[in-house]
Parts: sequence; structure tokens; C-alpha cells
Amino acid sequence: MAELLLDVNDLKVHFATEDGIVRAVDGVSFELERGQVLGIVGESGSGKSVTAMTLMGLTRDVNSRFEGEVLYKGRDLLKVSDAELQNFRGNEIGMIFQDPMTSLNPVYRIGEQICEAIQSHETIDKRGARRRSVELLRQVGIPNPDSRVDDFPHQFSGGMRQRAMIAMALACNPDVLIADEPTTALDVTIQAQIIELVGRLKQDFDSSVILITHDLGVVADIADEIIVMYAGRIVERAATHDLFYDPQMPYTWGLLGSIPRLDRPRPDRLHTITGAPPSLINLPQGCKFRPRCPHAFEKCTEEPALENRVETPGHLDRCWLDVEYKRAHREETIGGGHTEAA
Amino acid sequence: MVAFLVRRILGAILVCIAVTFITFIIFIVVPGGDPAVRIAGKQANDQNIANIRHSWGFDRPFYVQYWNMTDRMFTGRLVSYTNQQNVVSQIVQGIPVTLSLTIGASLIWLFFGILVGVISAVRAGRWSDRLITVLALIGISMPVFWLGIIARYYLAEGGLMSFFPDGEYVAITQNPAQWFFHLILPWLVLAVLFIGFYGRVLRGNMLDSMNEDYVRTAKAKGLTPNRILRKHVLRTSLIPIVTLFGLDFAAVLGGGAILTETVFDLHGVGQYAAQSINNFDLPPIMGVTMYGAFFIVLFSILVDIFYAYLDPRIRPA
Repeated sequence: MAELLLDVNDLKVHFATEDGIVRAVDGVSFELERGQVLGIVGESGSGKSVTAMTLMGLTRDVNSRFEGEVLYKGRDLLKVSDAELQNFRGNEIGMIFQDPMTSLNPVYRIGEQICEAIQSHETIDKRGARRRSVELLRQVGIPNPDSRVDDFPHQFSGGMRQRAMIAMALACNPDVLIADEPTTALDVTIQAQIIELVGRLKQDFDSSVILITHDLGVVADIADEIIVMYAGRIVERAATHDLFYDPQMPYTWGLLGSIPRLDRPRPDRLHTITGAPPSLINLPQGCKFRPRCPHAFEKCTEEPALENRVETPGHLDRCWLDVEYKRAHREETIGGGHTEAA
Repeated sequence: MVAFLVRRILGAILVCIAVTFITFIIFIVVPGGDPAVRIAGKQANDQNIANIRHSWGFDRPFYVQYWNMTDRMFTGRLVSYTNQQNVVSQIVQGIPVTLSLTIGASLIWLFFGILVGVISAVRAGRWSDRLITVLALIGISMPVFWLGIIARYYLAEGGLMSFFPDGEYVAITQNPAQWFFHLILPWLVLAVLFIGFYGRVLRGNMLDSMNEDYVRTAKAKGLTPNRILRKHVLRTSLIPIVTLFGLDFAAVLGGGAILTETVFDLHGVGQYAAQSINNFDLPPIMGVTMYGAFFIVLFSILVDIFYAYLDPRIRPA
């Protein structure tokens, strides 16, 4: 077994707000091994970004409460001091964010911002840091890195800025790279390039990747394992192949049905999950997806545990429905609507 | 860059012309402004007034009067209606005083304004922030004439703690130590208002900046909180402060510190402006207005140039 880098156990993140306690993350557990790519998928408000930011300590605030453990190489990141956490950030765990337009500081040159990351963790002179920055920009595919290193962020296109962000996140050769919706703000052709880049750099830098997205299509090719989150919980977790070909949770079916696929007959319209995600202050009783689930029945008022219900070990889900029933009915959702005559 | 400068300078000249013209028109339009009556004095008969009106050119069309006045202003021949003193030399006499007041006070208000803003932004919501907020609001609310008189009464005029000299200005060339000593109270009184205001503005800017995505990126890079504050939060938050400072500095230098100069009896441009307005004396009012407008437009051009240095996004390609 490969080296275990991250071991998250029953992580809970709650925020105290004026309206009540927001249970943004409620009992999430997963592991990340060296070289693994873990996809975390869910819609807005499912807790995927809060989970990722908590790994970096970015959710620390007077109003936030944490429970559980985030063990990084055996150290609990929830317990380390703010000062110690700085050594992990950037150095051990790198992070890239959703919007590359706003994630870079507009008043500093790209190179300055990368050098800053390097120099905050390593004793290296300015020229050395600059050389490394140029090299990093080359590795992430910026043309003419020698001159572009002195550009300001506004002189870069969106895709180039995200590449620069990746270069910055990898500057200190972290073991874990967290990518929080890295392609959401980019157009589709650039999306594929960025995902491919992340996959390639993972090899070159020998790191693991946590890829957060709302789009299953983004993680399909690159992830080894996928976690589907809903209302702060993991509702399904499986190896990528199993999640796509034997999904167990009706919510996952909805996500699968909402992406256009070339390997299936073209539906008249893509599936939509009706309703909206529940308020994290006032969660529904039982299965959190029950109010939106077309297959809900009496038993769903009691919350199912996340456990293995199928033949494949390691494939976990939170759904009371009978496995055979699900296999018979999920196609209606995943395949979308078809006109019989066509 | 050159095209930008030329455009801005032409614009500035137009602004100055417009400002003096409007001042002139206002003076003509307001009742009781007839300068001939004032010059003629109390015992004048109608003939005296008519003679004065003719010899001073008050019977000419207003645009001719405006032209003559600006012409005399730029050739240094403009004289007051009330005491026939040369306006330009009066303003020039006041400049060292006003400049001394402006430079000292602006350094104080800039330094403490930034300090107050940073402290209250970093401690936002805690008691130190609340205390500073209250003090800043008190500072903004206190009228300069009141604060100045109180300061003079208790600290200069033989009150409980009369450490400071009461009013008067000592030239820096004459005695630098006395110059400094005489100006401490005016500097502080003038700065109080700006400190509170700058502190509030900076606090708001910084709190906005702290929520920016690039600050989150800076945290994710593992920078120290101190460095994040200095390099990422403060740097961008100071940009609007530069505008404020440039224009406030210009306004005070341009004779805007009327109250402070009057309260502390500093014979600067501001006090000259106050006297002229009191006397309803058009030539000095025109002169001071022109002088003030000059600094305002000059500094707004300087601010724009400095902006390009601070924010690369607005630099010409």
C-alpha cells in the first residue's frame, strides 16, 4: 500500500451565524494516498469547498467549530497552531482556487507572486527564486516564460492565470495539491488542458491531488476515486469506474444524468435534479436527499449509514433502496428523457 | 504618457478659468456687492460713487471686467478694493505659513490615519476597534474652530497646562525650533479631523481587501500574517487613500485651512481668504480662488500619475 498522506476522520465543520449553526461539513471521512487523485463532487453548498479549505486551515475563524481529525502524515492539522500551519500551507499542501481572475494579486508581477511562495518556505536568493519561477512557468506550459514572468496578472488570459496559479501552488513541491473547482471559471477547451496539466504534473511532482468540482465530467478521466457530497455528508464513495458504471445513490444518478455524454444515446434533454439543496441550518430529517428524491419511501426518514451495500468492496453509499431495484431504475435518470419515436 | 499629460494640463487650465469665472459671476450677482459703494466710503455722494465706478471700470461689461481682472492677476498688478494692497504679494507672503502648516499637519494625519486604520481593521469587532471607532467619530465631529479654541485655552493661553506659545508664526529661517514649537498645536488640531476620516476609510478598504481571493491565495501559500497584511491587504487598500491625501493636501495648501489659520492667528493664505470674504473684497477672493484651484488641479494630476505607479492595471500599455 502506498504511503498514506491524509487521513480525515469524521470531520465536522460548523459555523455560528446570526441565523443559527451552519453544519457545512458533518462527519466526513476519507483517505488520500501518495500518487492518488481523489475527486470530490457535489453541487454548491454541499460542503466540498469547506472540506478542502479546512484541510489548509483556511476556515479557521472565531465563528467556526471543528470536530474530528485531519491527519497529515500523522499530524492532526486541526490541532496545530496557526504558526505551524504556515509551514504546511504551500509547502506540504498546495491549493488552487476557482477563479484565477481574482486569485492573483493584481498589483504584483506573476514572478513576484511565485517567488514569494518559494521564499516563504525556503532560504533561496532572489535570482534563484526567479529562475525557479521561470522554470515552473515553463512546466505549466506558459510560452516565453523568461519574459512573461514579469507580466502582471491582467496581462494573462484566464487559462494562463490558472496555469500560473498551478505553478505557484507547486512552487514548493507539495505532497498534496488541492484544486478547488479549478476549471469552473474557464471555457471548455481550456478546462481540458488544465485537467490534463494537473494529471501530468501529479506525475512529475509525485504528489497527490484532491480535485473538487461540481462536474463529474471533469474528474472522469483523472480521478482514481470519487466522493459525492451532499448537505455536508459523503453520500457515495467509489472507485471512478464503479461510480460511473454502478452508481448507487439517486443523487449521483442525477449528477450523471446532468452531463452530456458521448458514450450514450443523446437524450432530448439532460436530467435536472428538482428542488434546491437543503438549508444547512435546518436539515431535513433522515436521508438529506429525501425531499428531492423521486425514489424516496418510508424508510428514508431514518438516515442511512455510509456503508458497503454492493459486491465491490470500498464502494460505499447512503441509500436504503434495494440494490437490484436501483440497478433496474437508475437508467431513467442517468439516460435523461427520450422520445420513443426517435 | 505625453498625450495624457497634455490632455490633463489643458483640462486643468480650463478648470482654473471656469472656477475664476464662476467666482466672478457669483460676486457680481449677489446683492450688496457693488464695490464702488464700498470704495467710496461712508460719506460719499452719488457723484463720488459714479466717478469711482467709472475710474475703476465697474461700468464696463462684466466680461471686460473679468478680462481686466485676470490680466492684472497674472501680471501681478491686482490690488484689493478695500486697502489697495497688492493681492499677489499678499498671497506670496502667506505661502510659507500655509506651506508649513500643511506639510506638518499632513504628515501627522497621514501617519496616524494609516496607523488608526490598520489597527482597527486588524482588531475589527474587538474593543480596541470599537474604542478607535468612537474616537474617530469624535475627531470627525469636532469642529476645528471649537477644538482650536479649546486647545488654545487650555494649552497655550495660561490655562492649566500652558506648554505652548499662543498663536503667531515664527519663520523656519529665523528659528527652526520656535517654528516647530509654534506650529505643534495648529498641526494637531488640523490633523484630528483627517485622522478620524482616513482611519475610517482605510479600515473599510482593508476589511474589503481581506475578503479578496488573492488574500486567501496568499494564506494558502503559507505567508506569515504580517506579510499578508503588509504586502497584500495594505498595499491595495492604500490606493484610495492616495487620492484623498493628494486632494486634501492641495486643499489645505490652497488656503483651505481657513478656520485653523484664523483660530491660531497664522497669517497664511487661508486667513487672507477669510479676511477677503469678510470684506467682500473681490480681487483677493479671485486671487486666492485661482491659487487654490491651481493646487487642486495640480495635485489631481499628480495623483493620477501616482495611481498608475500603484496600480499596474491602469498603466498605459
